[in-house]
Amino acid sequence: MNFHVPVIQYAEVLPILIVLGAAVLGVLVEAFIPRSLRYVFQVVISLGSILLAFVAVVRLHGTSHVAVEGSVVVDGPTLFLQGTLLLLAIGGVLLIAERGLDTGGSAFTAHAATLPGSEAERTALASGIIQTEVFPLTLFALGGMLLFPAAGDLVTMFVALEVLSLPLYLMSGLARRRRLLSQEAALKYFLLGAFSSAFFLYGSALIYGYAGTVSLSGIREAISSNAGNDLVLLMGVALVTVGLLFKVSAVPFHAWTPDVYQGAPTPVTAFMAACTKVAAFGAILRLFYVGLSGLRWDWRPMLSGVAIVTMVLGVIWALTQTDMKRMLAYSSIAHAGFILTGVVAVNKAGLEGSLFYLAAYGFTTIGAFAIVTLVRDSTGEATHLSQWSGLARRSPLVASTFALFLLAYAGIPLTSGFVAKFAVFAAAYSSGSSALVIVGVLSSAIAAFFYIRVIVLMFFAEPKEDGPTVVVPPIMTTAAITLAASVTLVLGVMPSSVLDLIKSAARFTF
Amino acid sequence: MFPWLTTLGLIPLIGSGVIALLPKGRDLLAKQVALAISLVALLVSLLMLADFQKNSGGLQLVESHNWIASFGIKYAVGVDGIALLLILLATILAPIVILASWNEAENGRFSVKAFFALILILEAFMVGVFAATDVFLFYVFFEAMLIPVYFLIGSFGGTQRSYAAVKFLLYSLFGGLLMLAAVIALYVISKDQFGAGTFDITALTKLHIGVQLQRWLFLGFFIAFAIKAPLWPFHTWLPDAVAAATPGTAVLLVGVLDKVGTFGMLRYALPLFPDAAKFFTPAIIVLSIISVIYGALLAIGQTDIKRLIAFTSISHFGFITLGIFAMTSQGLSGATLYMVNHGFSTAALFLIAGWMISRRKSSLISDFGGLQRVTPVMAWTFFIAGMSALALPGLSSFVSEFLVLVGTFTRYPWAAIIATVGIILAALYVLILVQRSLHGPIAPGNENLPDLSRREKYAIAPVLAVIIVLGFFPKPLLDVINPTVVQTMQVVGVTDPAPTGGK
Repeated sequence: MNFHVPVIQYAEVLPILIVLGAAVLGVLVEAFIPRSLRYVFQVVISLGSILLAFVAVVRLHGTSHVAVEGSVVVDGPTLFLQGTLLLLAIGGVLLIAERGLDTGGSAFTAHAATLPGSEAERTALASGIIQTEVFPLTLFALGGMLLFPAAGDLVTMFVALEVLSLPLYLMSGLARRRRLLSQEAALKYFLLGAFSSAFFLYGSALIYGYAGTVSLSGIREAISSNAGNDLVLLMGVALVTVGLLFKVSAVPFHAWTPDVYQGAPTPVTAFMAACTKVAAFGAILRLFYVGLSGLRWDWRPMLSGVAIVTMVLGVIWALTQTDMKRMLAYSSIAHAGFILTGVVAVNKAGLEGSLFYLAAYGFTTIGAFAIVTLVRDSTGEATHLSQWSGLARRSPLVASTFALFLLAYAGIPLTSGFVAKFAVFAAAYSSGSSALVIVGVLSSAIAAFFYIRVIVLMFFAEPKEDGPTVVVPPIMTTAAITLAASVTLVLGVMPSSVLDLIKSAARFTF
Repeated sequence: MFPWLTTLGLIPLIGSGVIALLPKGRDLLAKQVALAISLVALLVSLLMLADFQKNSGGLQLVESHNWIASFGIKYAVGVDGIALLLILLATILAPIVILASWNEAENGRFSVKAFFALILILEAFMVGVFAATDVFLFYVFFEAMLIPVYFLIGSFGGTQRSYAAVKFLLYSLFGGLLMLAAVIALYVISKDQFGAGTFDITALTKLHIGVQLQRWLFLGFFIAFAIKAPLWPFHTWLPDAVAAATPGTAVLLVGVLDKVGTFGMLRYALPLFPDAAKFFTPAIIVLSIISVIYGALLAIGQTDIKRLIAFTSISHFGFITLGIFAMTSQGLSGATLYMVNHGFSTAALFLIAGWMISRRKSSLISDFGGLQRVTPVMAWTFFIAGMSALALPGLSSFVSEFLVLVGTFTRYPWAAIIATVGIILAALYVLILVQRSLHGPIAPGNENLPDLSRREKYAIAPVLAVIIVLGFFPKPLLDVINPTVVQTMQVVGVTDPAPTGGK
C-alpha cells in the first residue's frame, strides 16, 4: 500500500503558522516566565508575531495557489482578509493589553476559576495578580480566523471554526467586573456555539454524502455534473449555512450576540466583533462563491430573505436598547445584513463590495468599542445610554471621535461606512435585487435614528450630576482609536487605493 | 484655467480650520477672522464672474479629477447660469449672516468660535453642492451639509433646539437615502449601457431608461428634493427648525440651503428623467398649489414671527416648484429668479425679525406693536422686507412671481389662477404682521427698545439694496439664467406652448 506524503507549502501558510506558533510560545511564557515579566513578554510576542504575519501576508501578495493538498487556498480574497484581520488584531491586542484604564490594573479577572463573590475570589483580588493568559488565547483565536477564510475544504473550515471559537468562549468569561454577567455570556456563547458547530458538521457530512468529497472545488464539480440526490445536498447546504450564519450573527441565529457583546470584557468584544465577522464572512464568501456557486438559484432566495430579516430586525431592536454595548451588538447584527446584500449579489462587484465593507466595518467597530472602555464610573465602564449624556461637554475630543464612528456606521458620506454601503448596494442592484436595496436603504434610515440619538445625547443633553468620568485615553487605547479613526476617514475620503487593491484581489482560486 | 470653484470652496473650509485653531476665549478675533474670510470668498466669487460667459447655457469653469476610480466617481465641478447665481447668493449672504449674528452665539452649548467655524464649513459645502457636476459628489455634499446645520441648530438655537435639529436631520437623511437608492440604480444602468459606470451628469442624461424604472428613480430624487425644498406634505420639519434656529442659521437654511431642493429638481430630476417628470407633472403642480395656499393660510394663523416667516417660505417654494414644472421658459426663468430673490427677501425678514426678538426677548407677534415710533429704522427696513415678501411691484420678488404665473398660465391656466389667490393671501399675512408689530399703540415693554446699531445697518443695507435694484433691473440675472433655461428645456425635450391669444 502506498502512502502519499502530503506536500505542505510552508511559505504560503506562513502567516497562520507565525500566529499559531506565537500562541504556543505564549503558553510556554505562561508556564516558565516569572509572573512579573509575563506581561511584557506577552505583549511583545503578540504584537511582534502579528506584525511579522502581516509582513508575510504582504510578501505573498499576488499569490494564487491551492496549498496543503487542497485544504488551504491562498488567493486574493484570502490574503486581503488575512491582512485586514491582522491589522484589526493589532487594534484588538492594544485594547486587551491596556492597563491604564481599570483601577484593578486590567479589564480581565484576577482568577477566572474562582466563583464570583467567593472567598477565593477575594483572595485573588487582594493579591493584586493580573493574569496574562488572554494573550495566547487571542493569538489562537486569530490563528483560526486566518485559516477560516482560506479553508479549501469543509473539514479545514470546521477546524478553523473551532480553533477560533473555543478561545473566544473562554475570553468572553474573563471580565474583571460584573463577572456573573460575563460568565453567563461565556456559557451562552459556548452552548449556542456548540450547537451551531454541530449543525455545520452534520451539514458537511450530508454534503460529503452527496459529493463524495469535502473539498470545495470537488463539491463544485459534483454540483455541476448533478452527481446525486439533491435533497441531501440542499439539507447539507442549509445546515452548513446555519453554522456560518451563527458566527456572523445573522437573524435568526443572532440571539447570543447582545448577551455576549455585553457580558464579555469590552476589549474582547471589540476584537471578537470586528475579527469574527471578517473571518466568518470570508468563509461564507468562499463556500458560496466557490463550492456552491452552481446552486445559487437555490441559496440566493434563502440568503436574501435572511439579509432582509437581519437588516430590518437588527435596526428595529437596536432602536429599543438602552445599553451602549447592546446597542452596538444589535447594530452589528444589522451590519451583517448589509454585508449579506453584497454576498447574495454573486458577482465580482458583490465580492468586492463585501470585502470592502468588512474592512470598513472592522475598523469602525474596534474604534467604537475602544471608546466604550474610556467612559467609566466607580463600578467600571458606564454603558447605560443615559450615562453618556453631555459627554461632549466634558471631553469633546472623545465625543467627536465616537460621533465619527457612529456616522460611519450610519453610512454618512465622507466616512468608510458610506462607500461600503454604496459598494454592496450597487452590487445587489446590478444583480437584480432591487428589493434588497430598498430594504437596505430604509433600514439605513432607521439605523441613522439610533446612531444620531447617541450623538444628540452626547452633544445636546445636559451632563448628569453623578455622571461617569471620561478617562484620558492611555497610550495603547489612543493608538487603537487613532488607527481606527484614520482608517474610517481614509476609506471614506480616499478609498481608491484600497478599492483598487480589492479589485485586483477579488478572484477566488479553486 | 484657474480652478475658481475649488478655490471658492477651499477658502471658507480652510478658514473654519483657522478659526478652530484660535486660542480659547478670543471670541472677537474669531468673529473678525470669519468675517474677513467670508469677504475674501465673496471677492473671489465676484472675480470668478469675469471668466463666466453669460451667453452659453452649458457648464463652465469646469474642473474634473478622478476621485474613486473603481466606481467612476470624479471630483467634477462646473456651473451653469443657475448654479452660478445660487453660489453667488451663498457667498453674498455668508458675510451678511456673520455680521448680523455677531452676538448670537453667546448662549450656545458650544463656544462662539465653533458657531463661526460651522457657518464657514456650511458655506464651503453650499458652494460644493451647487458646483458639483458628478451626481455622487453632489450626493456627498447634499448629505455632508446636514452635519454643520444640525450642530448649528442643536447647539445654538432656542428652546426646542435638540428636537428641531433631530427632526431636520432625520427628514433630510430619509430623503437622502431614497435618493441614494436612485443614484445606485443610475450607476448600475450606466455601467450596463456605457460599459463603465459613471456619475457625470451630462453623460447620464443620455441614458435610455425604461418608463417604469424612470418613474421610480424620479420619485427617489424628487422626494429627497421635495423634503429639502420643502413642498407640502414634506414640510413639517421647516417651521420647527426655523423657530429653534438662530436668525443667521435660519437665513442660510431657508435662504440658500433649501434651494438645493429646487435646484436639484431643475438640474437632476428633470434632465435625468424627462419622461417621468412629465408623467408626474400634474401631481406636482397640485402639490405646489397646495403649498402656495396652505403655506399662506398657516402663515396668517401664526403667532410666532419666525414660524410665520417659515410658512411664507413654504408658500414661496410652492411658487418655485410651480414655475419649474410648468416647463415653459418664463416659468423656469421665473422660478430660478425666484430662488435668488426669495433668498434675499427671506434673509431680510429673518435678520430683522431676529433683532426684534433679541431686543424684546419674545418672538410672539402680540408682544410687539408701535415699533414704528420707537425704532423707526428697524421698522422701515422690516416694512421693505415685508413688501418684498408680498411681491410688491418695484421689489425683486414681483418680477419672479409674475414670470412664474405667466409661464404657468400658458400651459396650466387653472393652476395659475388658483396660485394667484396665494398672492392675495400673501398681502394679508404681511400686512397683518406689519400692522401688529410696527403700527398701533406702543405695546407695553417696547418703550425703550434701541434702534438698529451701526453694525446691524451695515448688515441689512446690502440686502435691501439688492432687493430694490433687482426689482427695477432684473436683466443682468435673467441674461445669465435664460441661456441655461433654454439648454435645460432642450435636454428635457419641451418647447413653449404657442401663444393662444390675439384673436
